[in-house]
Amino acid sequence: MLKRIFYAALIVAVVCAAAALWLTRPGQVDPAEFAALSGDAAAGESVYWAAGCASCHADKSDETRTLLSGGYHIVSDFGTFISPNVSTDPDHGIGTWTLEQFANAMLHGRTPSGAHYFPAFPFGSYTRMEPQDVADLWAFLQTLPPSDVPSEPHDVGFPFNVRLAVGGWKLLFFNDDWVGPAETEQLARGRYLVEAMGHCAECHTPRNALGGLDTARWMAGAPNPSGQGKIPGLTPAQLNWSEADIAYYLETGFTPDFDSAGGGMASVVQNLSHLPAEDREAIAAYIKALPAAE
Amino acid sequence: MTIKRIIAAGAALAVTAGLAYAGGHGGNPAVKARQSHMQLYAHNLGVLGGMAKGEVEYNADVASAAANNLAALTKLSQMTYWPQGTSTDDLGDETRALPALWEDGGFAKAIEIGTALAGAAEELAAVAGNGAEAIGPALGPVGRQCGACHQAFQKSN
Repeated sequence: MLKRIFYAALIVAVVCAAAALWLTRPGQVDPAEFAALSGDAAAGESVYWAAGCASCHADKSDETRTLLSGGYHIVSDFGTFISPNVSTDPDHGIGTWTLEQFANAMLHGRTPSGAHYFPAFPFGSYTRMEPQDVADLWAFLQTLPPSDVPSEPHDVGFPFNVRLAVGGWKLLFFNDDWVGPAETEQLARGRYLVEAMGHCAECHTPRNALGGLDTARWMAGAPNPSGQGKIPGLTPAQLNWSEADIAYYLETGFTPDFDSAGGGMASVVQNLSHLPAEDREAIAAYIKALPAAE
Repeated sequence: MTIKRIIAAGAALAVTAGLAYAGGHGGNPAVKARQSHMQLYAHNLGVLGGMAKGEVEYNADVASAAANNLAALTKLSQMTYWPQGTSTDDLGDETRALPALWEDGGFAKAIEIGTALAGAAEELAAVAGNGAEAIGPALGPVGRQCGACHQAFQKSN
């Protein structure tokens, strides 16, 4: 009798575990949709700068910011994540990937072997991207040089180093809902640049204890994950710059007082200075339209 | 409590009060010097940036004067601006200079950026008198060097 109860309990446990794994498995793109796309490398260069890939993946010593050997340390409450080599190198980079695998990474945080990426890689923002932009970005990445610098393992302790647990995190916090307003064409473009490609909220929005973005305090500022200083809030009560001031800052790094952007934002400005002026103006318009939050 | 202990306590209080006075009223002179230097950059950049943005009417003489000031400022030696013991670790909110500046290779990198800044400022000074349209593109490389140094060595606020 006891034996039977034990086996019954074991079966229930296995079924529950299987159900949990199935529920939290990484999503995937529709292969047919991406098979039908053809990427444009020239358009992909703009996506590359808008998505800020270089900030984490470009080699520090490369002034063109296109040698993607990785090695950037993202210090967080959960440990230190080290950005991998995403250059075209077949052994150390992602040179053997397909567009479909790349799209699964960008839009679903899914590795080619079907595991979860840690959300230090901002797929939580990129998931809002248009498939065509992903295809264009992929085409552009093919034009960049290989780097044979090996990727380093993350320095993250238990239990946060358990990739399976990211599945639960995704159930709680991962979706492609928009947050800010988009009443005009310019605002819609700004929202796309900010919430999808630019992944601004990853730093400018505070997080809850489990590392999910607190959308009720969207862009209201947050502690700097590096522990040095604070990431400023951008809501109307916190930022009184004009639209022109914001656009100029994003182009040059100069504040209205002609202080100059520091920290991670200096790198963001370097990326955004490659974009057409209309894009920086759209970001500025979106920021001015943000709802109030403390 | 003995007289000796009262005197010792009084002396300790006096020293503490003296330090607090110095901190409140003087601050670290090197920190003040480098912050003033940055303020002079900002003021002259503001003149040029205002014209580049179209907020201030372009004036060739004023633009050239500001750009020449900027170029001159980049040539001043900052050798005594950054003594040991004046990072955010030592002085808290009095400074935004990160300890990384004093770590291995920090100064070498800062000097490299400073040299690039001087070059960019010289090119800006050469074209600042040529019209408002000339300023913006020449200001870009200056801003990139400001950003490079702040990115590496300045605490974000």
